[in-house]
Amino acid sequence: MLLALHAPDGFLSAPVAFATAFISVVIVGAALRQSGRELKDKQVPLAGIAAAFIFAAQMFNFPVASGTTGHLLGGALAAILLGPATGALVVTIVVVVQALLFADGGLSALGYNVLNMAIVTSFGGYAVFLLARKLMPRNAGGIVGAAGLAAAASVVLSAMAFSVEWLFGATAPIDFDNVFTAMVGVHLLIGVGEGLISALAIGAVLASRPDLVYGVRDLKRSTFADRTPVPMRTFVAGGILAAVVMATVVSQFAVDSPDGLETVAEDTGFADQATDHALDSSIFADYATTGVANESVSLAIAGFSGGAISLAVGYGLFLTMGPRRRSESRETATV
Amino acid sequence: MHSTANSLTVTDLSFAYPNGHEVLDGLSLSVHSGERVALLGPNGAGKTTFALHLNGVLELQRGSINVNDIPLNEENLGEIRRRVGMVFQNADDQLFMPSVREDVAFGPANLGLDKAQQAERVAEALAAVDASDFAERTPHHLSGGEKRRVAIATVLAMHPDLLVLDEPTSGLDPAGRRELTNLLKSLPLTQLIITHDLPLALELCPRSVIISGGRVVADGPTEELLSDTQLLAQHRLELPYGFSPVVAGPAT
Amino acid sequence: MAGAHRHLLLHTDSPLHRIAPEAKIVGTFLFAVGVALTPRRAVWAFAIDAVVVLSLLAIAGYRPRQALTRFAAVLPFVAFAVFIPFIAGGDKTDLFGLSLSTEGLWASWNVIAKSVLGTGASLILAGTTPISEVVRGLGRLRMPPIVVSIVAFMFRYLDLIVEEMGRMRVAMTARGHDPRWLWQAKPIASAAGAMFVRSYERGERVHSAMLARGFSGTMPQMEHEPASPTDWARSLTPPVVSISLALVALIIL
Repeated sequence: MLLALHAPDGFLSAPVAFATAFISVVIVGAALRQSGRELKDKQVPLAGIAAAFIFAAQMFNFPVASGTTGHLLGGALAAILLGPATGALVVTIVVVVQALLFADGGLSALGYNVLNMAIVTSFGGYAVFLLARKLMPRNAGGIVGAAGLAAAASVVLSAMAFSVEWLFGATAPIDFDNVFTAMVGVHLLIGVGEGLISALAIGAVLASRPDLVYGVRDLKRSTFADRTPVPMRTFVAGGILAAVVMATVVSQFAVDSPDGLETVAEDTGFADQATDHALDSSIFADYATTGVANESVSLAIAGFSGGAISLAVGYGLFLTMGPRRRSESRETATV
Repeated sequence: MHSTANSLTVTDLSFAYPNGHEVLDGLSLSVHSGERVALLGPNGAGKTTFALHLNGVLELQRGSINVNDIPLNEENLGEIRRRVGMVFQNADDQLFMPSVREDVAFGPANLGLDKAQQAERVAEALAAVDASDFAERTPHHLSGGEKRRVAIATVLAMHPDLLVLDEPTSGLDPAGRRELTNLLKSLPLTQLIITHDLPLALELCPRSVIISGGRVVADGPTEELLSDTQLLAQHRLELPYGFSPVVAGPAT
Repeated sequence: MAGAHRHLLLHTDSPLHRIAPEAKIVGTFLFAVGVALTPRRAVWAFAIDAVVVLSLLAIAGYRPRQALTRFAAVLPFVAFAVFIPFIAGGDKTDLFGLSLSTEGLWASWNVIAKSVLGTGASLILAGTTPISEVVRGLGRLRMPPIVVSIVAFMFRYLDLIVEEMGRMRVAMTARGHDPRWLWQAKPIASAAGAMFVRSYERGERVHSAMLARGFSGTMPQMEHEPASPTDWARSLTPPVVSISLALVALIIL
């Protein structure tokens, strides 16, 4: 669990640290501008207190199994409650302050820590939330379920992001395949916890102050009156089952009997292209690729992960930044 | 000491929350300059909602509010907020800056005073509440009584004409309560003290107003109101066991 | 609750306490960057960096034991590094009767050395700079006002929220709640949701209190002595050392 979160100094190579820092600065800068537009003066203290809440939530242990405990990441939760831009900003602040004053995660690792823990979880999680909401019933139960899925997916996306970064900036001879399998496998399980806790937390907020949930601003208040509680065991069992199934699928990709993805990759011509620029290309870290069993498959997985993350984060960014601009231009038009 | 000028005049104030719940229902009240008045009432009587109107935190729906002959409206909002010093019920909500000094300087800075004037206001306000020693401390690390005093300093620094205190003694121990009453007695300001601490009202305020159901139901000398057991019972107000307003004596 | 997040300030006075916060923040950050850039095999460079960190910890007024406890608090974050030599591939080295990956050992050393030095740097900053100073320092560094305000509010209300969560946890335990499995976590999760609502409502009350004192949308800039050239010179010395060492090591290795 500590792998993707709060990565220490020296975990990924310096170029990747710089590259991720650059990407993070650009995206957080955009989130900041968006947030500045969204946050009326009223919401600055609210955002600050939400930051304290996320900070505290990360210290708040919940039981996982037989007395072992985990804690919340809170990126998706923050995004659903505050909107992805403010959510990303708030979690970024938490991550940076933790590194600066509490040595939780390296200062030189902030680039990838912010990217993985704040940006991918907030924007990616929010995108999944909106997509999941479309598939779920339009009532409180559906929203709570969508929130749970989004929070679980955000953790997995975060782990995938770390694996892709490892491909470019590995500092030890551990193959991408192994890192990917381990990271995603472990985080699927962690995601169940994150999803569950986030879902219940959103449920509790919806029950008392639905007006505080950014992610349901488009819905009428009466929508939340219809609450059909989901039994905890069903919820957990379903979550674990889904995680196990996904973990199996993922590990299938990573062992040397490539099926699904390779076929896809070959069909689309991606595999050829991928092998052309090949693993010997210097942009990939030597360490991550030394023992790669099947180059095209690894690249396909990496490409798929990178694509999934970019799509989710990009969709999240678009959802936040896009519609707002339109309404702004409308405002200027009326002036 | 009482001048005839009205410090605060509230006329026919009504307010309902968006869900339709009516909290204030035609409340009228005036407070003379230099007076110290207790506003008494049970939980849910509309006391805090009323207080939030006095410096325009809640928007005026019906009725009018005048502070030293300036009406509360959009245009005068800034001036009204300077004139009416609100001390909130929970000092932790009021002290939000990283240090006591910055917190007390927050109001003067919003008034547009320069750094030297701000420092002067801070020093003077902290001295008035005997809190000069903890200027550099974090509000979080103050005791309940200290927080309350600093919260009062934060509004004194704005040189208000009227001090409004919402439940100033809640959560204080007897010594803290004693220090606070002494402090309030020493401040030469018009004061409106919202409380259900009846002995406090008797000690500090010659005049009390009881509000219930969003309107004024009684207005008179504190000692008289507190001696009217039937009136108190009607509005869910109770004196502490064994307390007699006659024996304790009226405010001086 | 995690003790690691307790306030780390040393209540003493030292030359480091008196340096302007913005200079210290920049110095800390650049020092860590310099360390991160150092090639892993330049053990001597890390040794000199370590001397710098240890001297500054001593000047800051850390007692050895105090410093060790605080270093220990970050152990979980580097725990993974210990496993690298066991799972990494490549040439093997025999160490204490174990066959370990040579490159893995170097990778492990790399993470541990850099993290320990980086942690030391952040302990020096945290030990000598009150939170309110950190917030002011961020303001002086031209961080966007929204960010500075969010950080300020975050710190102001963090302890309150943590204490409140602690009380809720105690209240649950007092009524026999002792969760061992994830599906027993519902009360905690609901408590977290309730906590958010409470925090948010507190935010609304704080905003009222701000309006009542004339807040008009921008936080006033508080007066603050800017960092002097001496402060900058002092704060930038450690990063100059770590970055120079990194460069020398990159050239000669």
